[in-house]
Amino acid sequence: MSKVLTISASPHSFGVDSTQKIMYGVVLALLPALAASIYYFGIGALIVTAAAVISSVGFEYLIQKYVMKVKPSISDGSAMVTGLLLAFNLPTNIPIGLVILGSLISIGVGKLSFGGIGQNPFNPALVGRVFLLISYPVQMTSWPKPIIGRMNYLDAETGATPLAVVKEGLKNGESFSSIDIPSYIDLFFGYLGGCAGEISAFAILIGGIYMLWKKIITWHIPLTVLGSMIFFSGLLYIINPEGFADPVFHLITGGAMLGAFFMATDMVSSPMSVKGQIIFAIGIGFLTIVIRVFGAYPEGVSFAILIMNAFVPLLNTYFKPKRFGEVKKNG
Amino acid sequence: MLKTFPKGGVHPPENKLSAQAAIEVFPIPPQVVIPIAQHIGAPSTILVKRGDMVKTGQIIAKTSGFVSANIHSSVSGKVTKIEDVVDSSGYKRPCVIIDTEGDEWEEGISRDPSLISSIALEPKEIIERVLEKGIVGMGGATFPSHIKLNVPSGKKAEYLIINGVECEPYLTSDHRVMLEQPEQLMVGIQIIMKALGVSKAIIGIENNKPDAIESLNKLAPSYPGVSVEALKVQYPQGGEKQLIKATINREVPSGGLPIDVGAVVHNVGTAIAIYEAVQKNKPLIERVVTVTGKSLAKPSNFLVRIGTPISSLIEAAGGLPEDTGKVINGGPMMGKALSNLDVPVTKGTSGVLIIRDEESGRKEIAPCIRCARCTHVCPMGLEPYLLMTVSKNSIWEKAEKNDIMDCIECGSCSYECPANRPLLDYIRLGKSKVSQIIRSRRQS
Repeated sequence: MSKVLTISASPHSFGVDSTQKIMYGVVLALLPALAASIYYFGIGALIVTAAAVISSVGFEYLIQKYVMKVKPSISDGSAMVTGLLLAFNLPTNIPIGLVILGSLISIGVGKLSFGGIGQNPFNPALVGRVFLLISYPVQMTSWPKPIIGRMNYLDAETGATPLAVVKEGLKNGESFSSIDIPSYIDLFFGYLGGCAGEISAFAILIGGIYMLWKKIITWHIPLTVLGSMIFFSGLLYIINPEGFADPVFHLITGGAMLGAFFMATDMVSSPMSVKGQIIFAIGIGFLTIVIRVFGAYPEGVSFAILIMNAFVPLLNTYFKPKRFGEVKKNG
Repeated sequence: MLKTFPKGGVHPPENKLSAQAAIEVFPIPPQVVIPIAQHIGAPSTILVKRGDMVKTGQIIAKTSGFVSANIHSSVSGKVTKIEDVVDSSGYKRPCVIIDTEGDEWEEGISRDPSLISSIALEPKEIIERVLEKGIVGMGGATFPSHIKLNVPSGKKAEYLIINGVECEPYLTSDHRVMLEQPEQLMVGIQIIMKALGVSKAIIGIENNKPDAIESLNKLAPSYPGVSVEALKVQYPQGGEKQLIKATINREVPSGGLPIDVGAVVHNVGTAIAIYEAVQKNKPLIERVVTVTGKSLAKPSNFLVRIGTPISSLIEAAGGLPEDTGKVINGGPMMGKALSNLDVPVTKGTSGVLIIRDEESGRKEIAPCIRCARCTHVCPMGLEPYLLMTVSKNSIWEKAEKNDIMDCIECGSCSYECPANRPLLDYIRLGKSKVSQIIRSRRQS
């Protein structure tokens, strides 16, 4: 026998999925939201998204090559996902300089300082966003109005988001039903002020369903986040329908949808077991409502996810999957 | 809804290329190499010496402990050598080498193919016969069958579960046996039921073998207590614990045996071997082997004498293809890669799979992205990513605490991992270290 045979341990057959396929699947799933963003915010959405993606991928390449001195891994697509998600969490009239700074923080601090893909405890895009939100509160909370400012970038006409309007109104003692907000149909399709990619619940749902279909994500985190938000906001709404916003309003405004389907489901920074994922997702829904209703900011999804990210190692340690044939200890 | 096991599992491409190839009787080779360690447990004690003439079916090595099995000559002829030869494990192990002369069978073995349905032997005698005829589990694990027929005192067997799942891609030997010897299988099942004293037997078959399900379903009413359960295709359903869960919805406790939940599992090939031993007095000297692969000219199922070189099977199936990269003893999920194709067929050889060059290697390992798919597909509810990390870093206490010994080495985690991480490789390392630690703790 002259043939040299390969020897390796089983299994000898492998699935076809790869990190790359997963990441580009997420990119594909984000396209409807990008399209909605361009439709409602026009040129600003394009500029911010392009700047975030190019600078995120660029920083990953440069830092890996010249600082970490490792083979750059930009082809796995994860930096592109981070760039897209960062852009989707920024207003579309934000100066390019801040976008680039945000990318540097996301990739450099949020991701690579922990060792790169798979190592970061926090969602990198949210690290960048929250850094900008705290450092540049003015630029980060001026929201272009949809449709009318399509051809304007930095000079887009701005207004408050529905969440901010409602929060302000309720604080001033107005009743929820009397506050002037767009119709729920408009809100669902994205006719509202907000971050670039978060406005259209409809477009995000399409991407979310695509990811569920392709098994990039499972239902556990997104549906539990949304369910938890409905539960806790519903509780308040039942107690006092005039003093609190209803659950539907919470779901279709702000970052709820984007957070539930794209940010909380980030594989690296979410728990490994189903039990852990459910607790993680309940926590995100609960904290989001607490921050929105009782906190200083009108929007709390980013903070809620980052806070729950910190609990992930603990959840992984204490909430194991149910073992097959589990024998009760001391039993 | 078809039944299956509820937790984990994967569904690799089935590739049952040889499913329609009827079993062909393979010619008796000019020489056989019979290893005396073909089963789990102690190698048998050799009874013959160089120069001895043996007959087909004559005992040549006898059981040498509680977990061990008799071995019989698969041909008639002259013992020319007793020496250490590389077998399918890749190690040199003692083998009896016999040069074939004719095919003269040991007296008392019936070669009449007609079906004998009435079972004359009593349970004790059945178990003795199974031990005497060297029957071992033919699904691949090669555990001596007589031990599984002896229900330990204090335990009660309620169900006999017959494993016709054949969840490994490519392999079709069990499928063909079910199609071509259904009556022998049914009588074999009745014999095992009698030995165990159980009244219910379930044949579990995955739904990708509708012809086998149909034909056995037709026969089942004539065999009291026997039923057929069609199962959803899901790997590793042929794992004992998964099959018990799928058919009777009971979970074998961690560290326990099927009998702890009242179940005994035997493979279809084993049931037929038991039929032949009990009704025909025939020892286990031949078995059905699938020879398959995408580039192979003629994927086949052969009835082969034990000790036949695997290379001659490949020759008969069209010869080793040009683009061969790897040859596997068994299926693609749990089989072992062979370095030497002249190794003999043994009692546990269910198939020989030839894999193309481009599918033989492994892809570059990427960092874990914590996608949790390994955890989702693990049929034992373990966390492969964690077990790999702790094994890699030699944190054995943590490996043990996280139930590494429950791993059945099905390979679903490595199969599924999008980052091509060698999860099972490290888990095997961890298992061997942890079992050493457990052993030494017991001794002290």
